[in-house]
Amino acid sequence: MTEAILTVDDLKVSFATEDGVVQAVGGVSFELRAGEVLAIVGESGSGKSVTAQTITGLTRASNARITGSVSYRGRELNGLEDDQLRGVRGEQIAMVFQDPMSSLNPVYRVGDQIIEMIRAHRDVSKHEAADRAVELLRSVGIPNPERRVRHYPHEFSGGMRQRVMIAMALALEPDVLIADEPTTALDVTVQAQILRLLDDLNRERDLAIVLITHDLGVVAEIADRVLVMYAGQIVENATLDETFYDPQHPYTWGLLGSLMRLDQTRGARLAQIPGQPPSLLAPPQGCRFAPRCPHKFDKCDELPPLQARVGGEHLDRCWLDPEEKKSRRAQVIP
Amino acid sequence: MARFIVRRLLGMIAVLFAISVIVFLIFNVIPNSDPAARIAGKNADPALIARVSADLGLDKPLPIQYLTMMKQIFTGQLMSYAKDRNVVQQIWDGIPATFSLCIGAAVIWMALAVLFGYLSAMHAGKFTDRALTILSLVGISMPVFWLAAILLYFLTFKIQLFPTGSYVPLTEDPVGWASHLILPWFTLAVLFVGFYSRMLRSNMLDAMNEDYVRTARAKGLSERQVRIRHVLRNSMIPIVTLFGLDFGQVVGGGAILTETVYNLNGVGLYAGEAIRSLDLPPLIGVTLFGAFFIVLFNTIVDFAYAVLDPRIRLGEAAPA
Amino acid sequence: MVATVGEMEAPGEPPLPAGVPKSQIQGRSPWYLAWLRLRRNKVALFCAGVFVLIVLFCLAAPLWAEHVAHTGPNENHITEKVLIDGQPTNVVGPDGTPIGPGLHGQYLLGADQNGRDVMVRLMYGGRTSIYIGLAAAAVTTVLSVIVALLAGYYRGWIDSVLSRIMDVIWAFPVLLLGIALGTALAVGGLKIGPLAIAGDSIWIPIMIIGFVYVPYMARPIRGEILALREKEFIEAAVAQGKGPLRIMFSELLPNIISTIIVFFTLNIANNMLLESALSFLGAGVRPPNASWGTMIADGYEMIYTAPHLTIVPGLMIIATVLSLNVFGDGLRDALDPRAKIRLEH
Repeated sequence: MTEAILTVDDLKVSFATEDGVVQAVGGVSFELRAGEVLAIVGESGSGKSVTAQTITGLTRASNARITGSVSYRGRELNGLEDDQLRGVRGEQIAMVFQDPMSSLNPVYRVGDQIIEMIRAHRDVSKHEAADRAVELLRSVGIPNPERRVRHYPHEFSGGMRQRVMIAMALALEPDVLIADEPTTALDVTVQAQILRLLDDLNRERDLAIVLITHDLGVVAEIADRVLVMYAGQIVENATLDETFYDPQHPYTWGLLGSLMRLDQTRGARLAQIPGQPPSLLAPPQGCRFAPRCPHKFDKCDELPPLQARVGGEHLDRCWLDPEEKKSRRAQVIP
Repeated sequence: MARFIVRRLLGMIAVLFAISVIVFLIFNVIPNSDPAARIAGKNADPALIARVSADLGLDKPLPIQYLTMMKQIFTGQLMSYAKDRNVVQQIWDGIPATFSLCIGAAVIWMALAVLFGYLSAMHAGKFTDRALTILSLVGISMPVFWLAAILLYFLTFKIQLFPTGSYVPLTEDPVGWASHLILPWFTLAVLFVGFYSRMLRSNMLDAMNEDYVRTARAKGLSERQVRIRHVLRNSMIPIVTLFGLDFGQVVGGGAILTETVYNLNGVGLYAGEAIRSLDLPPLIGVTLFGAFFIVLFNTIVDFAYAVLDPRIRLGEAAPA
Repeated sequence: MVATVGEMEAPGEPPLPAGVPKSQIQGRSPWYLAWLRLRRNKVALFCAGVFVLIVLFCLAAPLWAEHVAHTGPNENHITEKVLIDGQPTNVVGPDGTPIGPGLHGQYLLGADQNGRDVMVRLMYGGRTSIYIGLAAAAVTTVLSVIVALLAGYYRGWIDSVLSRIMDVIWAFPVLLLGIALGTALAVGGLKIGPLAIAGDSIWIPIMIIGFVYVPYMARPIRGEILALREKEFIEAAVAQGKGPLRIMFSELLPNIISTIIVFFTLNIANNMLLESALSFLGAGVRPPNASWGTMIADGYEMIYTAPHLTIVPGLMIIATVLSLNVFGDGLRDALDPRAKIRLEH
């Protein structure tokens, strides 16, 4: 088994707002192994983006409190000064964000933005950095990179912009790439291209990827492992196959059940998960999915721990007996 | 590009024309009194008034008067009604003082505004920010001429820290030139420093929340690099453009009050005198001078915008 | 495959977030939220209070004049003597120096070179200055909103014409325009058809100042209207058959009200500064009437011997304008829905 390069242990992030304290992330723990593609799935507000951004300390603000441990190759990142984190950001752990138009500075040329990143970490001449920038653009499939490197962000289409972001992220050959909803703002066809690119990068360079998304279709394309998050907590942690073929948490069932399938009978209703996620100002004491769960029973008033109940490394956060789950699941997922 | 320039130039000329007509009308149509009577003075008999009228061409139809006046401006022959000074010459003579005042004040106000705005934004909510904000707010709440009077009183009279007296040309005596201009520079700058530093602060605080700043941090840039290369750079765009507009206004006539109080014989002082004596030709001359600069700087600002913001320069180009 | 529309279930009521009783769900309008935010801003509220106090102070002018100072704002007492601490003193000394401020009912702030009671003039002058500021702001706001609505809604040639006019006014050096109009109109007053305003009426400076600032307010509002115009709810209104006037007043206007309120407040401050500048140069309020600007002009002549004549009205202007600026800022922050309150945690 390959070693874990990134370990998150009981990470909690809360923000003080006008309306009260929002518990955005309520105790998240997981591991990322070298060369693994880990998908974090959840709806808006589930805490997946906050978790990802907290890893490199991007959520620091005067109204934020972060507890727990984030360690990269044995080095604790939470609590480090910004200066110290600089060495990690970009060089070891790189990030790509959702909206490439607003994520790139509109007044600087694309090449200059890549060069800026390279020269912030390596002592190379502008010329060398510029050459590297062209190579990077070529490696992500941008045609005519020598010319395009001098263009501004708004001169690229959405998909191309995202490739630029990815190129920039890879400039220093990091071990980990965190991609926060990289395809959400793109057309479906472009989405497929970007995912293929990420898949190639993962295989060719042994690049570990943390892929944040709300789209299970995206997950199915390239993920090795899946974390399902709900209301700031992980509710299921399994391999791709386990998630799709043997999901253990009712929320996961709901997500899978609401997918459109080619083999569905005509006229069948699209399943919904009734209700809304809980307010994170005062999250429920027990299982956070219980208010919406059709299978809840009295034990659910107590928060289930994230445990391996079906063996191996398949973790879930549900009190139901695994045998019980199978029959109930069949009702939700045909 | 050439077409753009030509179009802007035509626009400039149109605006200046409109302004000259308006000023002319203001003084010849609106008042319910005869300019000749005003100039002839009190106790003038009708014969004298008629003579003054003919003398100054005031008995001709308005359009003719207007054209004559415009012609005189362009040939540099426009004489004030008081008949003792050539308007264009006077304006020309006043330019060094006005420019010295305006440019010096502009340099000071921009430098201080950027410094204060940056510090305020970086220490938002803390003491530095609050103190600078209060200073800025007081600065923009002060009547310029009042501040000038107070400074004059306290710093040239009560304590003789600065010299009194009027403008000393740069070529004559650089030190004297500067020492006579320090108080006027500061006075004129105070208002703008307040306004601009607050605007920069606000822009920077907004920019800090932009996605590209998050990307810059994620790239591993130092906080300082992020602040200057991304936050400050992008926040300055509206500041620079506004500066162009304000500078045009200041040269155009905003300096009247400062020049009057400090007795600097620039174009503004000349304008003030013309107003007091209701002397139309100098007024038209000065107004056109001012409007010319305002419109000129408006145009410069439009170009500057294109230089600073590539999105404007290149338009929304077709995707590759 | 996909559910057909006819078979979709009507959505039931979503369950409430855990632990929240139904009675606590309360709709909060943006105005209410803005009010809450404003209430939290102690500094802004304090400044609003200061402004109100200043207004009350000035409104009390007739009371003071009659009962404490026993004189009007324009009455000269050059050759008179008054009792100070029991000693008869010249109101204006033989060298032209008037008496200074002191703790006495008459001439609390001293007298000016014409023997007028500075305190009384200050209060009456304040009435004039504040009144001009408010009235001119009303003029500017009304004109700006009309121009902006017309230009922004109709666009096309109406917008072109109005924008050109705004550009011309804008290109005029503000002070010069104000002075030009001020001096020209002061002589003979204004006659437009049936409307006649006397040369020394207070409405001359009001109209001038109101007019001069129109482009500064109209442009940003027009920009907002242009942006709003593209939004779907306008399309919906047009599709419903609403006429232009109804759309302008019931759809567009309510959305720019918060901008208007903020601009109006800040405009009062600017107007007062402009009025003082114009009066200082002799193109605003006509003597012998008092405004804080004319008082500074008068005081300036005596600056070396009686500086308080200049200092005091200036301080009043600063206090009033500053409180308006701070309050206006507070309003802007409160009404901006994106305002973020920074909290410590």
